[in-house]
Amino acid sequence: MPQVTVDGLEIEVPDGATVLQACELAGKEIPRFCYHERLSIAGNCRMCLVEVKPGPPKPQASCALPATDGQEIRTDSLMVKTAREGVMEFLLINHPLDCPICDQGGECDLQDQAMYYGRGASRYQENKRAVSEKYMGPLIKTIMTRCIHCTRCVRFSEEIAGVDEIGAVGRGENMEITTYLEQAAKHELSANVVDLCPVGALTSRPYAFEARPWELRKTLSIDVSDAVGANIRLDSRGREVMRALPRVNDDVNEEWLSDKGRWQVDGLQRRRLDQVWIRREGRLHPASWQDAFGMIVSASPQGSIAAVAGDLVDCETMFAAKRLVNALGSDLLEGRQTGLAYDASNLAAVNFNSTLAGIENADAILIIGSHVRWEAALVNARLRKAVKRGAKVFLIGPEWETTFRGEFLGDDAELLHDLPDAIAQAMSQAQRPAIIVGAAGLAKGALAPALVLAEQWQLFRDGWNGFNVLHMAASRMGGLMLGFARPRGMAELVEAQPNVLLSLGADEMDYAPFGGSLKVYIGHHGDRGAHAADIVLPGASFAEKDGTFVNTEGRVQRAEKAVFPPGDAREDWTIVRALADELGISVGFDSFSELRAAMIAAVPGLGEQGLAQYGSLPAGDRNMRASGTITYPVKDFYLTNPIARASTVMQRCSAELLHGEELLEAAE
Amino acid sequence: MLADKDRIFTNLYGFQDWTLGAAKARGDWDNTGALLARGQDAIIDEIKASGLRGRGGAGFPTGLKWSFMPKESKDGRPSFLVINADESEPGSCKDREIIRHDPHKLIEGALVAGFAMRARAAYIYIRGEYISEARVLQAAIDEAYDAGLIGKNASGSGYDFDVFMHRGGGAYICGEETAMIESLEGKKGQPRLKPPFPAGAGLYGCPTTVNNVESIAVTPTILRRGAGWFSSFGREGNAGTKLFQISGHVERPCVVEEAMSIPFRELIEKHCGGIRGGWENLLAVIPGGSSVPLVPAEQIMDAPMDFDGMKELGSGLGTAGIIVMDKSTDIVRAIARLSYFYKHESCGQCTPCREGTGWMWRVMERLREGDAAVEEIDMLHQVTKQVEGHTICALGDAAAWPIQGLIRHFRPEMERRILERQSTFAEAAE
Repeated sequence: MPQVTVDGLEIEVPDGATVLQACELAGKEIPRFCYHERLSIAGNCRMCLVEVKPGPPKPQASCALPATDGQEIRTDSLMVKTAREGVMEFLLINHPLDCPICDQGGECDLQDQAMYYGRGASRYQENKRAVSEKYMGPLIKTIMTRCIHCTRCVRFSEEIAGVDEIGAVGRGENMEITTYLEQAAKHELSANVVDLCPVGALTSRPYAFEARPWELRKTLSIDVSDAVGANIRLDSRGREVMRALPRVNDDVNEEWLSDKGRWQVDGLQRRRLDQVWIRREGRLHPASWQDAFGMIVSASPQGSIAAVAGDLVDCETMFAAKRLVNALGSDLLEGRQTGLAYDASNLAAVNFNSTLAGIENADAILIIGSHVRWEAALVNARLRKAVKRGAKVFLIGPEWETTFRGEFLGDDAELLHDLPDAIAQAMSQAQRPAIIVGAAGLAKGALAPALVLAEQWQLFRDGWNGFNVLHMAASRMGGLMLGFARPRGMAELVEAQPNVLLSLGADEMDYAPFGGSLKVYIGHHGDRGAHAADIVLPGASFAEKDGTFVNTEGRVQRAEKAVFPPGDAREDWTIVRALADELGISVGFDSFSELRAAMIAAVPGLGEQGLAQYGSLPAGDRNMRASGTITYPVKDFYLTNPIARASTVMQRCSAELLHGEELLEAAE
Repeated sequence: MLADKDRIFTNLYGFQDWTLGAAKARGDWDNTGALLARGQDAIIDEIKASGLRGRGGAGFPTGLKWSFMPKESKDGRPSFLVINADESEPGSCKDREIIRHDPHKLIEGALVAGFAMRARAAYIYIRGEYISEARVLQAAIDEAYDAGLIGKNASGSGYDFDVFMHRGGGAYICGEETAMIESLEGKKGQPRLKPPFPAGAGLYGCPTTVNNVESIAVTPTILRRGAGWFSSFGREGNAGTKLFQISGHVERPCVVEEAMSIPFRELIEKHCGGIRGGWENLLAVIPGGSSVPLVPAEQIMDAPMDFDGMKELGSGLGTAGIIVMDKSTDIVRAIARLSYFYKHESCGQCTPCREGTGWMWRVMERLREGDAAVEEIDMLHQVTKQVEGHTICALGDAAAWPIQGLIRHFRPEMERRILERQSTFAEAAE
């Protein structure tokens, strides 16, 4: 632990720390543009210059200089002040001072640091440089004249995303940041470069000229576009969510967010259900809550009701529905809409046990039926890190473009019973082996054989549990904790043919087998569920209610209400509560806080934010066999849920980034 | 004047053949195995004792540099020698003479130096524009392989050593040692941050030493004739012979091997036939390639041409690419042209150099015409100070120094142009 002195203050810094980190530990702010905690060190902006003794008699870039014992660091000397002023002056001479029309205004590093560390006026009289526009896709708006060449975006796409798409061409003043052949950046984390860009060179295209940061109300929320549960901040103005930004949470999303989680929010304004609809003679007609409730009561749900939870619902909604269904004498609850029927009696077996952060430490990983890039883009980034640290990755399933070195073994689920010796050896000899079973694997019965392999390879050892199931729905783990899982899955509901089928925003299920049931859809978007429903009750999206979500690693997290639901739409639990009154039954709560308290009383694990405890892994049933050809459920990354499908941004992304070549061909 | 018997580069002018046979007749590859048999540490000690300082410009002691290389590989990484033949400095043209007329000196030197620093191979990074030189060098390497001088069991020493030639893409910055390593690895030629230094993690992350062509080419001769012989030339701390490249306003521009510390006047009189128009006509000299500050005539005339002598004059010996300018020179324009060169060749990685070189050039262009205010000379000086020492590599310094030299010595000339222009405008306005 080196001892250094920062501005006369003596401190001890961890081994391997840089001078910049030492200064931060001492409470000194060091201005920087190119340095970023999660990217490699470039040292090219020269803003972080400090004076270090012993050393050459010139300022040193603190971000790249290791802190060593006995260093005397000064951040407040005249040399440092003039160095900062000089660098800032250089940065500004070719930067257009167009802050009034720049979307970065108000949250711009250059603006802020120019105020603190810059000179009062410019001495540059020559013409400024102009840079031709680049195209980086539907999410990233570029004004490259503003670029200060910090190369954060280049390093992000190379290091984190694993896609060599952004780079620099030319040299000197004429160096320009661009994408390969000026094509769109085509990966699932592309919009993170907008957050990384310290100036207004890369801004959000969908958010262009929409709002100023100081007009926005910031609400802490959870991303529901996948089961990772990325921590986000919803920025809203009035009743509209303007954008979603990632929050820092090292355990979950570090500080990244998938493009879908970021920009599906514009779907919250479109195709919304804002009034009650009732189907008569095959068509939906506007109706009143009373009529709708009346129809439900007259369908006699007592003892013959089932509830299906959609992918985006929160735990409170599911719990309210569960109370209602139970009070009516039924326990037909299911959340696995597509018919998956894996054994959910022990949640440890269907959890991402190594934790999202922990998977980085695995040294051998077998992925069974998961298109990780599309099903959990942020987990993919973690896998890339693991591979960079030397992990070997083997995949069973159809090939997809990995951003790391991985070996595809084939797409037959039977492979699990007959793995090549080399793979079995690599897994059994690993220090921290891991298995990841995806939804496609679960569908082919891979869970039990994977558990058998887990036992064989000792995935559960001191301080390490490498058995993981990677879900795709934000509601899944919460649903499983609340008992939204029948032993035989949706098939049981179909067999029961309930009088009333309560759909909580279930848009991925097949409604056809429920021809005899009164299908009541409580949800927020006019999507597949609403198309099939007999009664549509307008509910609230994740942004419009407080809620608890449990991500695929069993992490309980709470989202807060950012805006009000549109029109007649209500928070889902209030709809259930009102329906209970009409049915003359009691669900045991009158307010949201009572509901949450009741939920926590029933499932204590949901009471505390953080990782839920599921106990130890069960033994796998050796008689169960996986079989069939694995196919991934996600066909289009950008259109996996009703909000994303309603979003014009996501539609454009899908059209351009996934089907662009087909469109081009069709145009010819 | 250096006696012919003391010349290292005996075929500098290409009067003889460059091929292996002729090179052997000149004494190259003469029992190289025996040189290697002295052992690695003995070679490094001999070079240290000879006082050889790097010929690429910085003048870092070569033997000391080699001694930074690991004595044994603890983790299986090999070591590499990279030879810098990316000679792009305006005013420098010595490496090209060595390569095209005496390539075997370089290849033998590569083996000896590579062996001494326990390198697995040498990479010769040759400037892309040196087309016929690259052809000669490759042919010479092939000859040496065929004769068993390099490759497996090089020169019968039992040491395996490969020599590869790599042609550059035409960027000046690739002459910077870490940018050269990046370029060799196939990346954009941009200097790396130091630390880590190349001796710790260089080419492909392996310990690497980057040396100039001349530094490497002289080593076999130093070993054969002894450190004492080499250090007998030149002043204390500036030992040896050196290739001087004199260009500009002399009667006969040339490249010549001379003893270090030779007075400037003697060098010019003996080898170049004097200054064009006599010594009174000398205006200024850039003594070490474009990157060093110029020295006005009266200061340099009798100065010793070596590292310390030039340093005392506020300049540097650099590569000893001496650019002589007589009084017909538009000195402001000359330096403005150098500023354009640095603006053009800045890699664009770090801020002060990327933005500063363009700014400096633009101001220089205006100063050339006098289209500026007198205060702008001070501002320009400040800007050069803001670039100097604030960058990742030395290109920022190299861009700043010529301008600083100009302001230091020719400020009256710059002010004269400004005032002259202002007065013509004042007249026109009346």
